[in-house]
Amino acid sequence: MRKQLYNVGAILKGLSITFRFMFAKRPTIEYPSVKKQHAPRFHGLHELRRYADGKERCIGCELCSSACPANAITVIGAENTPEDRKSPGERHAARYEIDELRCIFCGMCEEACPTDAIVLTPRFEMSDYKRGALIYSKDRLLVPADAGVGAAPDERPNGIPGDLGRVAEIKSTTDIERGYSATNRGEILKKQTRGLAILPPQREDV
Amino acid sequence: MPDWLIILIKSAILLLVVVTTFAYAMLAERKVLGWMQLRPGPNRVGPWGLMQPAADAAKLILKEDLTPRTADPLIYRLAPFISLLTAFSVYAVIPFGASNAGVWAIGTPNAGILFLLAITSIGVYGITLGGWASGSKYPLLGSVRATAQMISYELGMSLSFIGVLLLAGTTSLDGIVSAQEKWWFIIPQFVGFIVYIITAVAETNRVPFDLVEAETELVAGFHTEYSGLRFGLFFIAEYVNMLTVSCIASLLFLGGWNAPFGILPMVPGVVWFILKVAFFMFFYMWLRATLPRFRYDRLMAFGWKVLLPLATLNLVVTAIIVAFLGH
Repeated sequence: MRKQLYNVGAILKGLSITFRFMFAKRPTIEYPSVKKQHAPRFHGLHELRRYADGKERCIGCELCSSACPANAITVIGAENTPEDRKSPGERHAARYEIDELRCIFCGMCEEACPTDAIVLTPRFEMSDYKRGALIYSKDRLLVPADAGVGAAPDERPNGIPGDLGRVAEIKSTTDIERGYSATNRGEILKKQTRGLAILPPQREDV
Repeated sequence: MPDWLIILIKSAILLLVVVTTFAYAMLAERKVLGWMQLRPGPNRVGPWGLMQPAADAAKLILKEDLTPRTADPLIYRLAPFISLLTAFSVYAVIPFGASNAGVWAIGTPNAGILFLLAITSIGVYGITLGGWASGSKYPLLGSVRATAQMISYELGMSLSFIGVLLLAGTTSLDGIVSAQEKWWFIIPQFVGFIVYIITAVAETNRVPFDLVEAETELVAGFHTEYSGLRFGLFFIAEYVNMLTVSCIASLLFLGGWNAPFGILPMVPGVVWFILKVAFFMFFYMWLRATLPRFRYDRLMAFGWKVLLPLATLNLVVTAIIVAFLGH
């Protein structure tokens, strides 16, 4: 009998809990209409950036491709010609493709890139009806020529040194060619851009 | 106007009211369940999700109406209509209120409550035949459970009515309500009320007694094979039955359209009745959000070893008191 009464008490207690919860604050974020502020260092869709003068940052070195743990990146490089310089280096990426379905959004490509060409933006809504549509090539990855330089990773405050706003302040490719750094993180920048700085301006003159 | 025309108009209005109530009871249930589980509930269709029932109806009508190859086609197709028909025909005798013009009901037979019990007993056929005729194992198990469960709990339910009938001295529903003008029968018949509330949940196959459609064991129980509108009909029947038992609880135990302690005489009786029914409907949703499902043997043991003796005891005590003291 006592056990039965205890059970009745337990049911009443359960009812009181559910009743209280009816008026509790709900944690639901009604996603398409309300979007949550994501973490500052969120890894989303890739973007190929440009320099401020419009040249592509990517030099077709394929380091991203070899760093990629998911083998999601295909890069085919090509020589720049004096008439048509796509990037400040000798080479540029003739083709640059990322299979966003294979990608694990780890950011290793971003780490590996010597010119900060490939960055992961916070964009994440890229679902589609066909698998082929999720192989992003240069036409979708590269920042359009009239749309600025692209999302700098400097939206990521306080973190690993050199990971932030690395080359954001570099005004144009000539800055790099002079080996000139205008950033307050010049040390790292110099180290990173030194390889690039080798590229001799005189080659252009040939 | 001829009598038959008045009854036809009354029925049409009542049908409309009951179907609308079903639609919004379903929405309310999903909302309440959502809130109790820290979700917002349906809110995409229309403002505050108010068009959700229409969207659901459109979906169910447009879906394909499947009949399994092993099914008995005639009975399979007929079963949902049996459930629906019995669920609706109960409203022929349920009174909703009273004014100087008379009682608000399609019919007020002397044996209203007996008619009610008889009709709700037929309701089990819809479920049993539907599960049986599906020609599939889960529906069969569901319908076997339904038969056993609904028959077992109907005993306790009927016995819990008799206490009220003894006190009121009548079997007409409006007579029972007018007998409660001073005291609601929940006070002298508290045990009967508790037994009724529990058995009513079991009769409508709702949580925690929803073994008939136990998702975790039987996929969807008796209506596993049903799709489209036929599934919808079972669904309507379930909610209309829920509404029915709520109405009966209000009529028999909470004084129907009588205001509590005669307060607020200007409020029409039907408002009180709706409030009481709404409370019971909410109570069902509340239970569903709170309690887990019974184990089958415990369900049977509870019905036969606890509720039935309790109802019998209540009946005997009430009968003795009524015999010695009068109504």
